[in-house]
Amino acid sequence: MAVVHEPATEPTAGPSSGRKPLTRRQLENRAGLAYLSPTLVVVLVVVVLPIIWTVVLAFQRIRLVNLRRAGLFDNFTLANLELVLTSPGFWSSLWTTLIYTVGATFLSIFFGLIAALALRGRFRGRTLVRASVLLPYVAPVVAMTFVWNILLSPQFGLVNDWGARFFGWDRPLAFLSQREYTMSLFGWQVDVPLALLTVIAFEGWRYFPFAFLFLLARLQAVPADLEEAARVDGAAPTQIFRHILLPQLGAVIALLTVLRFIMTFNKFDDVYLLTGGGAGTEVVSVRVYEFLTARFDIGAASAQALVLAAGLVVLLIIYLRFMAPRVEGNED
Amino acid sequence: MDRAAVETRVLRVLRWIVIAGLVVVTLFPFYYMLLLSVRPIDEVLQNPGRIWVGISEWTIDTYREVLTPSGSGGQGFLKFLSNSALVSVAATVMTLLVSIPGAYAVSRLRFTGRRQVHFLFLSVYLFPSILLAIPLFVLFTRLGLRGSLIGLTIVYIAQTLPVSIYMLRNYLTTIPVSLEEAAAVDGYSRLQTIRKVILPLAAPAVMANALYVFMIAWNEFLFALLFLVEERADWTVSLGLAQLSGGIEVSKTVLMAGSVVLTLPIVIIFFAAERLLTEGLTAGADKG
Repeated sequence: MAVVHEPATEPTAGPSSGRKPLTRRQLENRAGLAYLSPTLVVVLVVVVLPIIWTVVLAFQRIRLVNLRRAGLFDNFTLANLELVLTSPGFWSSLWTTLIYTVGATFLSIFFGLIAALALRGRFRGRTLVRASVLLPYVAPVVAMTFVWNILLSPQFGLVNDWGARFFGWDRPLAFLSQREYTMSLFGWQVDVPLALLTVIAFEGWRYFPFAFLFLLARLQAVPADLEEAARVDGAAPTQIFRHILLPQLGAVIALLTVLRFIMTFNKFDDVYLLTGGGAGTEVVSVRVYEFLTARFDIGAASAQALVLAAGLVVLLIIYLRFMAPRVEGNED
Repeated sequence: MDRAAVETRVLRVLRWIVIAGLVVVTLFPFYYMLLLSVRPIDEVLQNPGRIWVGISEWTIDTYREVLTPSGSGGQGFLKFLSNSALVSVAATVMTLLVSIPGAYAVSRLRFTGRRQVHFLFLSVYLFPSILLAIPLFVLFTRLGLRGSLIGLTIVYIAQTLPVSIYMLRNYLTTIPVSLEEAAAVDGYSRLQTIRKVILPLAAPAVMANALYVFMIAWNEFLFALLFLVEERADWTVSLGLAQLSGGIEVSKTVLMAGSVVLTLPIVIIFFAAERLLTEGLTAGADKG
């Protein structure tokens, strides 16, 4: 990434004699901290302190009713963690979260790559097409989930209507409320987690523009003569992609994988709005919300959220350690 | 024919199929939303599969119901629109005021902890916002900020600051330092330099940033749900729409009209400034 330019002041900032006026270096230090301080204050108060407080809350038995009387540092207990880890459905929801995250991350990057490759070259109306492709990403999530809900509805959804008319479906599919759908594939009976797959597809649809944007920017920076030389040598398009473009894209794909993984793992609104967490789509963040609003159990909700964050950190470490293709290239 | 020629021909066709597919897949839900919002509900229930209706069959009753104030029997979305606009504009202005000096510091000045600052920013995204929601819910309840738009605005500022600083920093590093040195020679102070030299040059990035923050604030749902759900007068459009779907006597076409009302401002802004936004978001990404 770009080298950060420094004002060339350092050599002149020698120690001065006498009343020790501040060196330029010290002045710069002060100015830097001063300029950044509003940011630091906001992030500290609205993000860092709440995180620390969540950790504390996770180890106290606190419900919304006794919150006012509860001291900040008394009665530490492991009861919340025990409750969360042994509660029915916890492990399956963690597993669901993982499948959901991996599936959605993969889909969004895969389709983003295809879109970037297809929309790379010039053609009439390219600007308009590129802008349109970004729409799922910039449009409000509430509106998008409702449109999908209606499109996929078993009673009056377009998809089921067309499915029955053009593909001869014998009964409507409840895409968002059916846990298992038994499909016969070459004579085999296969159980498909229908609602979960639908939610993953939605996530892939909504976030492939994000991947597309980054991949396209990187593709356009690949030197044209590199490709030209390969073409002159008689390389086929797939060979050019495999040996010239893909190596160039590696770092961006790795970065996108991390970004999309983090964001999807923590995602709440998409699943909540599509299925409410039902039909085998209960991801952990939806469970936290349930603990918080249905049972008013702040302690258990915090413990649950903490487990989610811990899980994410562990997965990220594993990824960065063993699987990331030279992510270091992205650090500056 | 050799492999290269075959592949080139196949891909030439395939590319157009992919482009057409992409356009349909991304635009169709928007088209369908618009279409349903002007169709009468009983007609939709009879013919769910129609994707075209003549203008003579259109109705605007759905929009009338959505926009009429709740006092007069409507859903009161005009009020929600003004709430959303208020929160989004306030969050945008405040985020820019905080992030411009911050980005300048990170890109230009050496200070203690400059390298560590990124880890702090990462924490904003590493932890699920639902995790932040719990203590903020408690804190804002105590401060009396929970049912107010001010509390929501503060959360949006914090949520968008790191990306905002990152985007601006990437842009600022492309502005030659020599310009600043020249300004310093002319006797400008650092703040004057930022205001008179850096800001005009960074205007595209600042604009892109403003759009980004506005969109995030306009589209946000979780915190609005947690903080404002009890105060109908304070609902944002996203929250109002989500609550609308829970209502029993609200037809799907009215819901779609509400969705159009929620989506339209964002789509208009986006198409007006698409180039700015995409270039601003990915500035620096192409250096891989």
